[in-house]
Amino acid sequence: MAPKPPITAALVGRTVVAWAVTLVLFFPLGWLVLTAFKTEMQAISVPPLLFFTPTLENFAEVQARSDYLLYATNSVITSVISTLLGLAIAFPAAYSMAFFRSKWTRDLLMWMLSTKMMPAVGALVPIYVLAQTAGLLDTRVALIIVFMLSNLPIMVWMLYSSLRDIPHEILEAARMDGATLWQEFRRVLLPLGMGGLFSTGLLCLVLAWNEAFWSLNLTSAKAGTLATMIASYSSPEGLFWAKLSCASFMAIAPIVVFGWFSQRQLVQGLTFGAVK
Amino acid sequence: MFRLRSATLNANGAASAATQVAIPRPRAEVNRFLPRALLAPSVVTLFLWMIVPLVMTIYFSLIRYNLMQPGETGFIGLANYEYFVTDPSFWAAIVNTLLLLGSVIVITVVGGVALGLLIDDPFPGRGLVRVLLISPFFVIPTVNALLWKHMMMNPIYGVLAQIWHFFGAQPVDWMQDWPLFSVIVMVAWQWLPFATLIFVTALQSMNREQLEAARMDGARYLQQLRYLYVPHLGRSIAVVIMIETIFLLSVFAEIFTTTGGGPGDASTNLAFLIFKQALLNFDAGVASAGALVAVVLANVVAVFLIRMIGKNLD
Repeated sequence: MAPKPPITAALVGRTVVAWAVTLVLFFPLGWLVLTAFKTEMQAISVPPLLFFTPTLENFAEVQARSDYLLYATNSVITSVISTLLGLAIAFPAAYSMAFFRSKWTRDLLMWMLSTKMMPAVGALVPIYVLAQTAGLLDTRVALIIVFMLSNLPIMVWMLYSSLRDIPHEILEAARMDGATLWQEFRRVLLPLGMGGLFSTGLLCLVLAWNEAFWSLNLTSAKAGTLATMIASYSSPEGLFWAKLSCASFMAIAPIVVFGWFSQRQLVQGLTFGAVK
Repeated sequence: MFRLRSATLNANGAASAATQVAIPRPRAEVNRFLPRALLAPSVVTLFLWMIVPLVMTIYFSLIRYNLMQPGETGFIGLANYEYFVTDPSFWAAIVNTLLLLGSVIVITVVGGVALGLLIDDPFPGRGLVRVLLISPFFVIPTVNALLWKHMMMNPIYGVLAQIWHFFGAQPVDWMQDWPLFSVIVMVAWQWLPFATLIFVTALQSMNREQLEAARMDGARYLQQLRYLYVPHLGRSIAVVIMIETIFLLSVFAEIFTTTGGGPGDASTNLAFLIFKQALLNFDAGVASAGALVAVVLANVVAVFLIRMIGKNLD
């Protein structure tokens, strides 16, 4: 790899600026985590406390007040299943677009993306009525369907742009050697497209986990996700920042840690073929 | 859509005009049917996802439909539209929607490119900086909103108020006096990491030799930026604008959990206005009319975007 850069004024300057900007941008999140371990009095102390004896009592209170584990389970189930289902139907479509290009491939892709541009709220009343009629209000099934459909255009687009980079010749060679469609998929497409599949899945998992509009409007106590649990802390009931921070910390910790570990894979797919 | 269906039915007929198979394939009989069969699940579900709510919304928008008075439904023509469009909140909401969209895109693209350039070359702790920088993108919007509203922007105990105090300034009541700006800050904070990471990745594929040559020839930084970096980032910028537009046109949770659209309509965007009509005023008819207006606006923006940057996305 590249040799270690010599220490220059420019390098020192860049390091300082980069760290300063990063710390400012990360500060709100860091502050949230600190506050989660404070007592309510410490949370609103003036001037703000940076050093204090941490307490864990907020965690017990949050679990007691709102059933954290239930919401967390709902978040995991809805985001994972909707992502897997979405990938299962988006991958064939992306494959078809990438390897059987036709003159309307581009239009089809743009149409798919345009369905995503319509604000979800435009479909609120009908979807609510449909969910109600089908008895799906406040169920995970409703969220899974909605999450899957609302991420589908992004999935097709991401998978399409990653599959498009696979040279046709490789598939041709496999066919010439007599590979069946399944073998072609299993032995050639899947290994080569794994990166794209992985990063698409990661992004959609994050998007589904963080989805707040439909979960706020279609679910409540039974199938609510962590996003809805937090919204219930928005009503002002005196000063409750430590508990709010703690609940927030518990709600985002799984996905943030997950994101940290997967960010490299995630980012590779996020280029949407923008990098040649 | 319909073409797809009929083409599938004709699969064993003559070569269909819709497909241009680039390379000759041995499994020719599969090739006409297969691409459509593979597309079908995605296309059909998305089509249903689009058309069913759309038709229902059109229907609801033409009748009297109040959720509190379920019995009274009757055709009332365009009255719901008239009500929605002549509501003074309407124009405020349109302006707010576009302001929010535009500001966040400008902040995240400019800031993202700047940050991307800043952390493009190695420096001590670059890996950790990347991890910390991307974090806000993973934060649930409702958490993001409450975090900023209380811990950061509270006029008495918030961190910003304390900083203002420290410098002897009068703390700002952000939610009251700068509601839309506050929402913009929250949303931009969430999307800046996303833009930054896309640009960082794109910068990694810069042609280093070309850059080196330009430096040798004495190109100043601004010149390098203008003639090398920005053109190279063109496609990524298009991608960022496209994806962010998709999500920013319908910002909801940040407004719902913080300002509630207020004070007045100061931070009401179109999505929130429709929500207010539907679930706070229980007027599903007016909300449906509003939804269709939103769909039209989304399409206007989409057409505009695709014209502008669509060719970068192909």
